[in-house]
Amino acid sequence: MEREKQALVTVKIDGVPVAVPQGTTILEAAERLGVVIPRYCYHPGLSAPAVCRMCLVEVEGAPKPAPSCVEQVRDGMVVHTASAEARKARRAAVEFLLVNHPLDCPICDAAGQCELQDYAFETGQLRTRNVEPKVVLGRDKVTPEIVYFADRCILCTRCVRFMDEVAQEPVLQVMSRGHRGYIDTMTGELFEHPFSMNIVDVCPVGALVNEDFLFKARAWDLDQTPSICPGCSQGCNVLLGSKENRILRVKPRPNSEVNSYWMCDHGRKTLVHWGAGERAEVPMVREDGRLTAADWTRALDALTTALRSQPGGARAIVSAGASNESLYTIRKLMDLVGFEGGQFRITTGPEQVLKGFPKLALRKDRAPNGRGAELFGFERSDDVFEVAGRHRGVLFVLEDALEGAAEDFGDSAALFVYVGSMMSAAARKAHIVLPSPTFAEMEGTFTNLEGRVQRFSQALRAVGLARPIWLTGSVVLERLGGGRAFCSAGAAFAALAEDFSEYAGLSYESVGLWGALIAGAGATASP
Amino acid sequence: MAYPYADPRETRLLSKHFGESEAIGIDGWIQRGGYKALQQALGSMSPDEVTAVVKESGLRGRGGAGFPAGLKWSFMPKDDRPRYLVCNADESEPGTFKDREIMRWTPHQLLEGCIIASYAIRAEHCYIYIRGEFVDIVRILNGAVAEAYQRGYLGRNILGSGFDLQLTVHLGAGAYIAGEETGLLNSLEGRRAEPRIKPPFPAQRGAFDMPTTVNNVETLASVPHIVLNGADWYRQWGTEKSPGTKLFSCCGHLQRPGNYEVPLDFNLSDLVYSLCGGPPEGRQLLAVIPGGSSVPIMKADEIDCDVSYEGLEAAGSMLGSGGLIAMDDSTCMVRAVRKMVEFYAHESCGQCTNCREGTVWLAKILRRIERGEGREEDIPLLLDISANMAGRTICPLSDSAAVPVVSSIRKFEHEYLAHIRDKTCTAVR
Repeated sequence: MEREKQALVTVKIDGVPVAVPQGTTILEAAERLGVVIPRYCYHPGLSAPAVCRMCLVEVEGAPKPAPSCVEQVRDGMVVHTASAEARKARRAAVEFLLVNHPLDCPICDAAGQCELQDYAFETGQLRTRNVEPKVVLGRDKVTPEIVYFADRCILCTRCVRFMDEVAQEPVLQVMSRGHRGYIDTMTGELFEHPFSMNIVDVCPVGALVNEDFLFKARAWDLDQTPSICPGCSQGCNVLLGSKENRILRVKPRPNSEVNSYWMCDHGRKTLVHWGAGERAEVPMVREDGRLTAADWTRALDALTTALRSQPGGARAIVSAGASNESLYTIRKLMDLVGFEGGQFRITTGPEQVLKGFPKLALRKDRAPNGRGAELFGFERSDDVFEVAGRHRGVLFVLEDALEGAAEDFGDSAALFVYVGSMMSAAARKAHIVLPSPTFAEMEGTFTNLEGRVQRFSQALRAVGLARPIWLTGSVVLERLGGGRAFCSAGAAFAALAEDFSEYAGLSYESVGLWGALIAGAGATASP
Repeated sequence: MAYPYADPRETRLLSKHFGESEAIGIDGWIQRGGYKALQQALGSMSPDEVTAVVKESGLRGRGGAGFPAGLKWSFMPKDDRPRYLVCNADESEPGTFKDREIMRWTPHQLLEGCIIASYAIRAEHCYIYIRGEFVDIVRILNGAVAEAYQRGYLGRNILGSGFDLQLTVHLGAGAYIAGEETGLLNSLEGRRAEPRIKPPFPAQRGAFDMPTTVNNVETLASVPHIVLNGADWYRQWGTEKSPGTKLFSCCGHLQRPGNYEVPLDFNLSDLVYSLCGGPPEGRQLLAVIPGGSSVPIMKADEIDCDVSYEGLEAAGSMLGSGGLIAMDDSTCMVRAVRKMVEFYAHESCGQCTNCREGTVWLAKILRRIERGEGREEDIPLLLDISANMAGRTICPLSDSAAVPVVSSIRKFEHEYLAHIRDKTCTAVR
């Protein structure tokens, strides 16, 4: 708001005039015009030290090229980002960076997403003028999971500044000086921090790499899918990097309202191993006391028939990891049968706030959609088996692994339906098993703790015959005369927005890539 | 111990008492007229009047940049934030050793200058950031500071004027770049001595983010003389643009190396040949670097000029810090330049790409040429690298590293070619 009140100044960048608030840097002003000035040390989430000398541009009347990341615009300023002088300065910066850079791109994790590689290519430096031996510094670990290749480091200090300004745990610094400089902790010991892996993301080259991803895939072989981290109720916007139907890498996707440019290590680590274990792959129906694999027609026939026989009211144990659409559909189905209540439980852990961006924290609730589950009428409980275990009507179990359930859990239910992606021991006792995809294998929305609805996209092929719960649930609903089945997650969302006032006015489209707040958002229902 | 090679042709203002061990202590110093200027400034002058006199005197910064001292003081904002005077005593420019002698022989001359300057800019705390290698000098300076506190020249209500000043001597830890004023401020604050982006200048945001003036030792030592005797008196020496006297630290191939104080209109050739006695017997002068290794090298036949800021600039070099390095015909220029560039490569803080990588690249090429493995294309390459290093970085260290390379190629290209083509050296052994 304050910024809007500030006077506007008009500058001409590459011949195009642009009006920006006073105090804007040349680099930011250029971005408004879609002109991306090459940079290494500048990062929008960090302070600008102006050391890489890559963003130098020509300012008319100035005696020497100006670092656009710190130089503020003045009224009437004329800037050239691609003039001969600016290009010469940029070319020189790249050439200097390559003087001691090892050019081991073929074995470097950053190849294909490396800013040094990009600009070396762009400035057309096919041959080097440097024939001298390069400085060799070797490699070392900086955290138990992050390896530092000192030779590749261009000393942009983004990692140092991340730890200092954002993590506010200034453990990293440049050691030694000049061309012998390298990044390390003061004592040389490894450090640990819940947000440490962001230093890998901010590294413009392949100096800091995640050991978990090291040598696993080339950047260009990865499919990148925008998604939402299901690791906690924060709902960090992420990009899932996948190859051969496996998530190999997770990177934060910038969203100033949720996670800025960052995410926690817990999220990345859980995500990479998401869905590991025995999966529910095909629908199963209990016949003569034994669970038998079936196709969808048979499974849904069995479910519809069983529900038509009026086995009693419905109770459920749902999951705070299920999407809004899935929770909504299961709720609708239960309403039709006779809703008697449903519960869910959430694994918790200590909250860890990112001090420099306190809006972001690894939340206590280690599930993405507790808020959504509550809004659809499910109740949070520490003991979900108490009531459900005694239930005599229809019992739905949605995704919950039933860990800790009694041996005879589900025995009393007239109809026990398990819908989920994992095949847990307790699920084997169900009458009908309906396989569903993990969040990464489907699309949908979560509602995070502040009430922000955020969309995630499908990154992986679903395993076996798994189908989203909103699909199976709505097909059963249609068969029982409860309206038409949903043709898409978007359609399911449209229906829930009509039925639940908190979501009124929202659509799949308006939620978009940046998310949208539900009515009465902000008031956190649960931590 | 008498100071070696004092010469009657000198104008000894700052160096008058060099060599007199009695001048080191406060009593000896007061006997020699010390702290009179301070009494005058605090007794009968307002801070602005002190600034005005220094401004009128035309005293220019003696650290190397030559920025008018009074003007610098007048940039201090007139608000009530804490403010600091920082004395740059991190003398580390190769070939320069004048500040060391000022502090060794006349520590109170510097302290008096510091106190007057602090009064002029209304500083409440003065730091003397001294080069860590000056172990013996630090001892002398600390003794002088204790004496000054004892006599009431430092501390609360100095000389009954109501002016308070604390003074701290802070030791550097051995980095050339800490002599750059903003690098010095970072180092003073306990950070890496990495120069800061300007603006903001130290007058707006300096030490601990507060308004700060950074002055060189020799500049501050000149202040008491100017305050006591007036601007016109000071302007009797030197030129219109370069008034006063200056200490030259003369070293290298000279018969009488040492510190010489001369007016700024003194002739450089006279300084080298008369005062310093020229090159050793049987040797020819090859080149002179008049102001520390960061200024362009001059050929022996180019030194008939004033040692003023403008005189040396007209002659193609710079006054810099006044660290004069003379080289005779036994010098291998490629080797000399290589040594200088290696110094800059070693001392580059490494923040800016062009400097961090450029200095070491230049050094490696020069080493290769010196070994006799040079290529013809190395000469244009050296020049191009130098051009890419100059004016592209936060501080001038990068420019400084390029200077000897460019000026030596311009003036002694035949020496490079001899190494490259004939694998020989033109130095007369």
